[in-house]
Amino acid sequence: MSPSSQMQPGPEPAVKKSLLVVEHLTMRFGGLIAINDISFVAADREITAIIGPNGAGKTTVFNCLTGFYEPTIGRLTLNHPQRGRFMLERMEGHLIPAQAGVARTFQNIRLFGAMSVLENLIVAQHNTLMRASGFSFAGLIGLPRYSRAEARAVERARYWLDRVNLTARADDPAASLPYGDQRRLEIARAMCIEPALLCLDEPAAGLNPRESADLNRLLLDIRNEHGIGLLLIEHDMTVVMGISDHIVVLDYGRLIADGTPEEIRSNPAVVRAYLGEEEDEDLPEEVAHDIDVKREDD
Amino acid sequence: MATASAPKPPAFDLAAALKEAGLTAFVMLALAAGIVAFHIVDVPGGLAIETRFGTAIAVAALGFFGRLGVILLRTARPLPVLVVALAAAAVWIAALLAESLFGPDWAARLQMTLPFDDVVVNWIVALTALGFALRALWMLRNAGASAEEIVDRDAAMDSVAARVARSSRYIGPVLLVAAVVFPLLIFMPETAWLPSVDRRLLDIGILVVTYIMLGWGLNIVVGLAGLLDLGYVAFYAVGAYSYALLATHFNLGFWICLPFAGMMAAMAGMLLGFPVLRLRGDYLAIVTLGFGEMIRVVLLNWYKFTNGPDGISGIPRPTFFGLPFSRTADDGGETFYSFFGLPYSPTDRVIFLYYVILALALLTNLFTLRIRKLPVGRAWEALREDEIACRSLGINPRNTKLTAFSIGAMFAGFAGSFFATRQGFISPESFTFIESAVILAIVVLGGFGSQIGIVLAAILLIGLPEFFRELQQYRMLAFGAAMVLIMLWRPRGLLAFREPTIRLHHGVSPPAQTVAAARPDEVA
Amino acid sequence: MEYFVQQLINGLTLGAIYGLIAIGYTMVYGIIGMINFAHGEVFMIGAFISLICVMVLGMFGLTWVPLALLVTLIVTMALTAVYGWTLERIAYRPLRGSPRLAALITAIGMSIFLQNYVQLLQGARVKPLQPLISGGFEIMRREGFVVSLSYLQLFIWILTLVLMTIFTLIITRTALGRAQRACEQDMGMASLLGINVDRTISLTFVMGAALAAVAGLIFLINYGVIDFYIGFLAGIKAFTAAVLGGIGSLPGAMLGGLLIGLIEAFWSGYFTVEYKDVASFSILVLVLIFRPTGLLGKPDIEKV
Repeated sequence: MSPSSQMQPGPEPAVKKSLLVVEHLTMRFGGLIAINDISFVAADREITAIIGPNGAGKTTVFNCLTGFYEPTIGRLTLNHPQRGRFMLERMEGHLIPAQAGVARTFQNIRLFGAMSVLENLIVAQHNTLMRASGFSFAGLIGLPRYSRAEARAVERARYWLDRVNLTARADDPAASLPYGDQRRLEIARAMCIEPALLCLDEPAAGLNPRESADLNRLLLDIRNEHGIGLLLIEHDMTVVMGISDHIVVLDYGRLIADGTPEEIRSNPAVVRAYLGEEEDEDLPEEVAHDIDVKREDD
Repeated sequence: MATASAPKPPAFDLAAALKEAGLTAFVMLALAAGIVAFHIVDVPGGLAIETRFGTAIAVAALGFFGRLGVILLRTARPLPVLVVALAAAAVWIAALLAESLFGPDWAARLQMTLPFDDVVVNWIVALTALGFALRALWMLRNAGASAEEIVDRDAAMDSVAARVARSSRYIGPVLLVAAVVFPLLIFMPETAWLPSVDRRLLDIGILVVTYIMLGWGLNIVVGLAGLLDLGYVAFYAVGAYSYALLATHFNLGFWICLPFAGMMAAMAGMLLGFPVLRLRGDYLAIVTLGFGEMIRVVLLNWYKFTNGPDGISGIPRPTFFGLPFSRTADDGGETFYSFFGLPYSPTDRVIFLYYVILALALLTNLFTLRIRKLPVGRAWEALREDEIACRSLGINPRNTKLTAFSIGAMFAGFAGSFFATRQGFISPESFTFIESAVILAIVVLGGFGSQIGIVLAAILLIGLPEFFRELQQYRMLAFGAAMVLIMLWRPRGLLAFREPTIRLHHGVSPPAQTVAAARPDEVA
Repeated sequence: MEYFVQQLINGLTLGAIYGLIAIGYTMVYGIIGMINFAHGEVFMIGAFISLICVMVLGMFGLTWVPLALLVTLIVTMALTAVYGWTLERIAYRPLRGSPRLAALITAIGMSIFLQNYVQLLQGARVKPLQPLISGGFEIMRREGFVVSLSYLQLFIWILTLVLMTIFTLIITRTALGRAQRACEQDMGMASLLGINVDRTISLTFVMGAALAAVAGLIFLINYGVIDFYIGFLAGIKAFTAAVLGGIGSLPGAMLGGLLIGLIEAFWSGYFTVEYKDVASFSILVLVLIFRPTGLLGKPDIEKV
């Protein structure tokens, strides 16, 4: 289990730099096998979509990646363009975003509801600000070093607020935003940690077609302008087919296909497991409803 | 009753209403049947039983009519409620005041109408009836406006809380000046327009400020970080014993021990917090409660160290830069009075104590106001809102919680050492769970995170019962009831209002205006 | 050895009390996922109602102990159950769906209220009761040390066993038990399927309160002294028992109760009486840290 050498990802062409390498990822809950021996590679500056029917284990992959679950078996390697290589499965949950630069959003949006939109984005820059405030001691006595750092943090927040069209609502509580705005705010918040890999869990769920198109543009812009990799769980096929560079298909916790959108579209196994089912067309509403129900449970 | 434009009131079904009210009366009767209707009294050689059937029946009857009133109001039929409630309230209040208003003859006759033996309970009943009457009157005047009343009420309270929070810019300094000037009034000759301040009032003042400080300290843990700490009094105890032991064993002064006591409490917070802070809300609550009791049991039984239930006495009083407030110094040195050439007065020490705790409390407040605008403070609040999201943003939940827990403990430690120096004597009896509950009640009542709300709650919950001694025995009962009612009425606390710690758009304060005013220039 | 047996007997009796209270915690936790903080006070109220009932019966000249105990048992269970019902109605139902912290604070408020309500109405002095059942078996005797099992302890064990059996049957065999388990799994779905969720939750509180009332009665006749403050410590320890056994698990609650009773008895017997409370709290903390699911609980996967 040495973390060095032998890290030559197989399936991808040599030109692309691999950002995330998932090898033999397996997750068991008691007797239940949620994901079984999944391997794939997500390249830098690409949008990789993970698709599959409900219960295929997509969110579990995310939870393993972002440290919420410890995988039963498997290796998760992140090659950060600046900071080097990280073994995600061995890292403590909160260090994965802080050090390896893996940011994520959640299926059922998790904002800091009582805090303002701006504060949500400032909290995301916690570690930078914490250092600048001298772990609060310098901040408490009001050294200018901290106020300068805070001003920079506000600037970055303002940049992302402009990008997601929320500048006007900056001082309102996050919970008071409409649903679509909350989704975009969560993406902006994740981007504020300056990630190398952004993991989005059903970002288009519950959005109307116009919002969904805006989202596509935003995600493409993030890829092109910020040069980071995106990992996307999505049910909305217009989003998936429209913007992904690479698609990974899961079914019952297994990887059944891996390739470009064109390859996936014509893959018989995928068609059988996923795209062939009629009811997928109107999934967004269903998913949105699903989420509403879940929230009431919370 | 209702105007034509108003929505049709819900149908009123007399039989169903009577049934519902009857059921309430039955439940009340069952509740009263054991504990209320019979009273176990101590008699020589054992116990005897007394009956209080009248009280139990009164409880059931009040339950019946109260429920009926609620149903009538709910179905928008305020007129009968107004008439009956007003009449009842008028008779009862007249009866309660009869002794001084009408003389003993009338008083005896009127007092027959009172449902209970106890004056305070009767007042509560009378005021509740008055409340019903006012509510009915309000409904009559705003016919049909009861549709979304819960939402409306919350919005109304929000705006009140917002107004209080905004005006705290002015209320704060006013209260501060009042707090600073308050003890000086003791020197004023008694006049018609100034309340007379005596030693007792000053003592109450010290007590209230101590609780304000404890409330502010606990607010860091509960209000900001969202960690329900039911063992807060343990850290208060650690602070008190740290000072008492250091002072009595090593002859150290208050000011030297104060930071040390705070540190000890913070360390205790860290030690206790480290293993348990990963637990979820209610588990954390019960474990902290357990810890609070554990520390008390240890204090009670570690006789060699803490002197057990006998406590520690002879704790030295604080000095004014080394000058004691006593008639003569022990070592023949200077006293405060000899140094400044003032005549000896025992009141001065109390005034000095008052300013000490005021300064400590203000320090707590200042700290909280500043830390809220720092990354740690924001991380605390974020943690309260969503721990999982925090983790996904690279915030270390355990360390962040630990800082909140131990900083809160530190302020309790400061307050504890003040308590020790003020009392001159401490024993484990002062640090029971009830104390934690009182502090929590103050934080809850004031509204999580509202600094000014805590001040008002402390004055209401501590100052009022201290001032009106008759209320003393009902104090804890009222605390419990207030905690329940406030959570039902407004789960975020009475004056809960959150001002963002940082703003993008400056100058416009009310949120409604912020949106409206910001749109033209921001949304291109 | 003799001492060991004697502590075992005492521990089992204490364990029966904790177990009966713990069932209330565990049932309520199972169905609404909340710790009913005021449950200890319900137990205390049960003890007071028992005392009042015994005394009233004595006043009417009903002194034949078996009948008096039976009447007391039924009356106490019924009247205390009303407290459980009211508690849920006032403090929990309106806050279903509110933040956890709110419901928790209401429960704490209720607990403080009930404690002081009893103190105000019945006084703060401890209330002693003459032993109702006396005598017992002598199990062994060696060198002057007598190990005895009193009729009282035997009665307590049998009573606990019978009630446990009845309640286990209710939970596993009846429609009410099925409704409870359905609500535990998914309240929204249960209500869609026509289960009256409010009623089911109310009945859960009622059952928990009735068992706590029995614990109160047992406490009264076993120790003979009660005051308004007994609910606090007993509540925490019974909660510890529920957690130790695995919160949400009915057999777990009884097992946890017995274990806590035994631990306390042996701790007081072999170490120090003063620190027996510290021992129980330490167990609570240790279990929560190292095995939060308890001995018989189901694992709880964090939902993200």
